[in-house]
Amino acid sequence: MNLRRDVFQAIADPTRRAILLLVASQALTAGAIAANFDTARPTVSKHLQILTECDLLEQQQTGREIYYQTNAQNMKAIADFIEPFRQMWDDRFNKLENIMQQYKNTKA
Amino acid sequence: MSMERKTKITAEDGKQDILITREFDLPVELLFKAHADPEILKQWMSNPYSIAKVLKFEAKKHGSYQLESTDAQGKVVFSSNGVIHEFIPNEKIIRTFELGNAPFGVQLEVYEFEQLTDGTSKLNMHVIYESVALRDQLLKLPFAQGINMAHNRMQEILNPSK
Repeated sequence: MNLRRDVFQAIADPTRRAILLLVASQALTAGAIAANFDTARPTVSKHLQILTECDLLEQQQTGREIYYQTNAQNMKAIADFIEPFRQMWDDRFNKLENIMQQYKNTKA
Repeated sequence: MSMERKTKITAEDGKQDILITREFDLPVELLFKAHADPEILKQWMSNPYSIAKVLKFEAKKHGSYQLESTDAQGKVVFSSNGVIHEFIPNEKIIRTFELGNAPFGVQLEVYEFEQLTDGTSKLNMHVIYESVALRDQLLKLPFAQGINMAHNRMQEILNPSK
């Protein structure tokens, strides 16, 4: 597997995060997405390709246009997408707890 | 004996806030210190993919803070900043939080630190967003999920036998 297609690499880029935000509320064509950035169109196309390969974006053909939207599986009910958010905080707090327990032991 | 303590998230439909609660096997003084000491804060805010740095941290009323996270190549992947409105040791922090270079707006964060017993404590974190739409967009974005997926991927690379 190509590491460049790692999901974290995909979302680590500020332009790609901005693209995800843009299409979170509505599906857009590559042209409409590119119009929001100063970056050259081929660069935006490359970002769209990476996001699509990582399954963060889906393509939908409507007539002659291809629309990009966030992956439907990530866009269901709040209950479904709250879990990864909760997990992120849980990981952080577990780490906090471990660090402070070690800190307590070194001071004791 | 260590009881399993889970982080709980309450996000009601149609509201522009969320509540994050968590109980810790820590005295309330140490739970607070983890949020007030920049040297400790940057440790638990870091993860295998990004190293947190504290550029500015004025732990007092009317103070402000600036954080930055960089990847292994030193590229800035996240930056955040805000101002501190209330700073009461072992009790409460009220601050704003804004993610740099991202159109997410500014959120208001109220941290309440609660002593349960001598050795246990609870954090109540109330986060208020600019709008219902902004809150939902932020929660829907697969950032956290992506980080977890990347974490699993990293585990596979580091421990191919598992």
